Amino acid sequence: MNGIVGASGLILNEPLLWEKGSKGRRGMSMVAAEVPSAPVDADLCGEGPDFPDLSEIDVVRHYTRLSQWNFGVDSGMYPLGSCTMKYNPKLNDRLAATPEIACVHPMLEDACCQGVLRIMFELQEFLAAITGLDAVSLQPSAGAQGELAGMLIFAAWFQSRGERRTRILIPDTAHGTNPASAALCGFTPVPLKSGADGRLAVETVAAAMDGETAGIMLTNPNTLGIFESNIGAIAAVVHAGGGLVYGDGANMNAIMGIADARKCGIDVMHLNLHKTFSTPHGGGGPGAGPVCVVKALESFLPAPRVVKDEGGYRLAAGGPESIGRLHAFHGNFSVLVRAWSYIRSMGPEDLRQASRLAVLNANYLKARLKGTLHLPYDQPSLHECVFSDLLQHGDGVTTLDIAKRLIDYGYHPPTIYFPLVVPGAIMIEPTETECRDDLDQFVAALKAVVQEARDNPELLRQAPVRTKLRRLDETRAARHPCLRG
Amino acid sequence: MRYLPHTPEEIREMLAVIGRPDLDELFTSIPAGCRCDGAIGVPAAMTEWQLGDLMGDIAATMTVGPDHCMLVGAGRYHHYIPEIVRSLAGRSEFLTSYTPYQPEMAQGTLQGIFEYQTLTARLLGLDVANASLYDGASALAEGLLMGLRIVKRSRRVAVSTAVHPHYREVVKSYLRPTGYEIIDLPCGADGRTDLSLLQGVDGLAAVALQSPNFFGVVEDLKRVAEPVHDAGALLVAAFTEPLAYGLYRNPGQGGADIACGEGQSLGLPVSFGGAALGMFACRGEFVRSLPGRLVGETVDLEGRRGFVLTLSTREQHIRREKATSNICSNQGLCALTTAIYMASLGGSGLRQLARLNYDLSEYLKAGLVGAGAELVFSGPTFNEFVLRFGGDFAAVRRRLQERGIVAGIDLGGSYPQLAGCWLFCVTEKATKKDLDTVISEVRP
Repeated sequence: MNGIVGASGLILNEPLLWEKGSKGRRGMSMVAAEVPSAPVDADLCGEGPDFPDLSEIDVVRHYTRLSQWNFGVDSGMYPLGSCTMKYNPKLNDRLAATPEIACVHPMLEDACCQGVLRIMFELQEFLAAITGLDAVSLQPSAGAQGELAGMLIFAAWFQSRGERRTRILIPDTAHGTNPASAALCGFTPVPLKSGADGRLAVETVAAAMDGETAGIMLTNPNTLGIFESNIGAIAAVVHAGGGLVYGDGANMNAIMGIADARKCGIDVMHLNLHKTFSTPHGGGGPGAGPVCVVKALESFLPAPRVVKDEGGYRLAAGGPESIGRLHAFHGNFSVLVRAWSYIRSMGPEDLRQASRLAVLNANYLKARLKGTLHLPYDQPSLHECVFSDLLQHGDGVTTLDIAKRLIDYGYHPPTIYFPLVVPGAIMIEPTETECRDDLDQFVAALKAVVQEARDNPELLRQAPVRTKLRRLDETRAARHPCLRG
Repeated sequence: MRYLPHTPEEIREMLAVIGRPDLDELFTSIPAGCRCDGAIGVPAAMTEWQLGDLMGDIAATMTVGPDHCMLVGAGRYHHYIPEIVRSLAGRSEFLTSYTPYQPEMAQGTLQGIFEYQTLTARLLGLDVANASLYDGASALAEGLLMGLRIVKRSRRVAVSTAVHPHYREVVKSYLRPTGYEIIDLPCGADGRTDLSLLQGVDGLAAVALQSPNFFGVVEDLKRVAEPVHDAGALLVAAFTEPLAYGLYRNPGQGGADIACGEGQSLGLPVSFGGAALGMFACRGEFVRSLPGRLVGETVDLEGRRGFVLTLSTREQHIRREKATSNICSNQGLCALTTAIYMASLGGSGLRQLARLNYDLSEYLKAGLVGAGAELVFSGPTFNEFVLRFGGDFAAVRRRLQERGIVAGIDLGGSYPQLAGCWLFCVTEKATKKDLDTVISEVRP
């Protein structure tokens, strides 16, 4: 494993919080009471929670050690397909923590909040410009909530027209969350099969479209990394049948400044600011999933949104058609600031260049790994490519084994076993922020793993061996759930 | 651009490996009819220096800043955030990692969330907490949907009008296409929810109260739990200020089946309302109906303790349209941040801090009542309360704002019948001097 980034260092053990500390220790300073203690209704009082008492250094060491058990984009390459693990610029974090911005209370009058409203207004405009759509709401807290917003807009639109439509078309190459989002809004998902070329055919949609169908949820580029080239004709079929087209914009990183959602025929689209717009994933969140629509659907957007008039920026409440609020206040504002900062830093040319380089990187990996791994859809791909473990079946190793062995080499594995249309899928999305040297090292590592699969498959089945813990027993965790200490 | 590492020569060489003449040739699968016309309509790129200056200009337009004394709560609370919370939660191994799908590379996130679940369950007095939801408002919506799943043949939920009005709006948004009915429960003169409307209502899945409620009044959950359970429904306890459970009984002790609310006050900046944290806990028997991610304890191949995401058969990526929710993330870093805050504070610190908030709040309340204000609701409160003033309080408030104190918010926007009533909040960040300034400004 010469020249490979994976190595072992001194990693320290650390117990659970409540296994350390001592009653009476303190990790936070407390001001002395300047006012007399007031009487309190004893009937309503409790004893307070059973938390451990820790000193400041107890807490610092605890979380520093925990952090060292983690792998992030700052640690190394994280080619998780469909997750767009690009570099998260430090400047964005600093700007989001600007004291005047980080302290703003969301219930103050608009006049006190002009700066933060300006950032939100500009971000609304930027996202409209990037998608080609007309109007944007920043309320949704994540991609899945953006999808939910989209489906609520579908439901409200048909209700406003006095129509009852219950079905929604979802191809097998769409994002996994789509059916659950549609079901929350009372729609029955109708799965559609993609063709042998990994694309959805117009005829498939035409055959499924009827007066009961509210529309289609299309991920484009899809989860095979392939652009749905028939999208214009598909949208025309859906529109002719009285339906709406939802574009899942999670893969926007492939097409900024290249494809225009409106010209594709998309009516509603959500974006993942934590993917395309570089905001950190934070081990699961917070993200942001703004929802963008064409003019005809603007009045259905979640509210409030920021508008600008002679008086400055203000929060505008929704009209009677709005689906209402999805967040107690204005979405994950600190995430919005980071995305605004990213777009401001990049400008129009570099946003487009980011997509071009993301696609270059994915195609480079595909070209270099073809033959090493099985490529089930040999089609022009955009930001990601999907391989499988078919060629390794003879060695008796699986996608999971390959993924776990990559960890020993110092890489976060690609997305595995998704999309479902590819058995044993290995879905690689390098993003544009990886340089060629790092891609070459990754290719070398993957080739070395595949060679090991032939020579010594047990190495893969036992992997990882260089991590603090070996493979974890997920079956036991689910059979005998222990969810707290 | 410093985020894009490719040199022109590398691009040429990589294209040669792929077998394409230029970058545009990578996009031949996109039909002409789908292409953008011209450049993206966003402003030109800025350097790090220029953007820092622009943010400085934007910050300068904010008329209420970090030095103001904020006597405003209503769902977001200005508490002191210890430096270690910022510093530790900002470690990039936490910040730049993804959902922990590969547990061997994410034990930091996983143990951190397991500890968050534990501290949350203990704070709320319930058996199990999930890895968090988006915010308090969507957590309440998910709590009610969970009630509708658990209670068979139910089709109604009841929500107190003393629940944060924005939370009630989010509940409406979530439930609108489902056809379930929402019954609004009014408040009595003490500011507590009146359940009498529920007499004879059938098909009831859940009754949601917030405590302390939007008016700051502590609901007597124990008194409410019995009739709710007798009606076959679940008691859902919402909250916006979990610090209150350092002084008052927590939802579990009050008999709640599900507790859901906002965790911002436990170490997250107010930040115009987000990023937020939906805390969610329930009784153990309902664990398989829980929405959202869960971390569980297990062992590795060598028998050592470790943590993984678990019970995922409830979730959207396995169960598709039959999932308990469409959520496929948590507010990971926000949850971790509040866990660091709770660990810093400890059990003793949390009780002290809650008491301090209560005492300061009671001091201002008594002082303003002494200065002629009328207490609108008679029920006990934690760190928020509602007052009505004889004179023009809006003018007083403007004068106070010029002196660096933001005193209360007008309730007329959300509750027309409470126009001219003001909701105040006092936290440990307020000094006696600030509070005395407000009292003397009000005194005729």
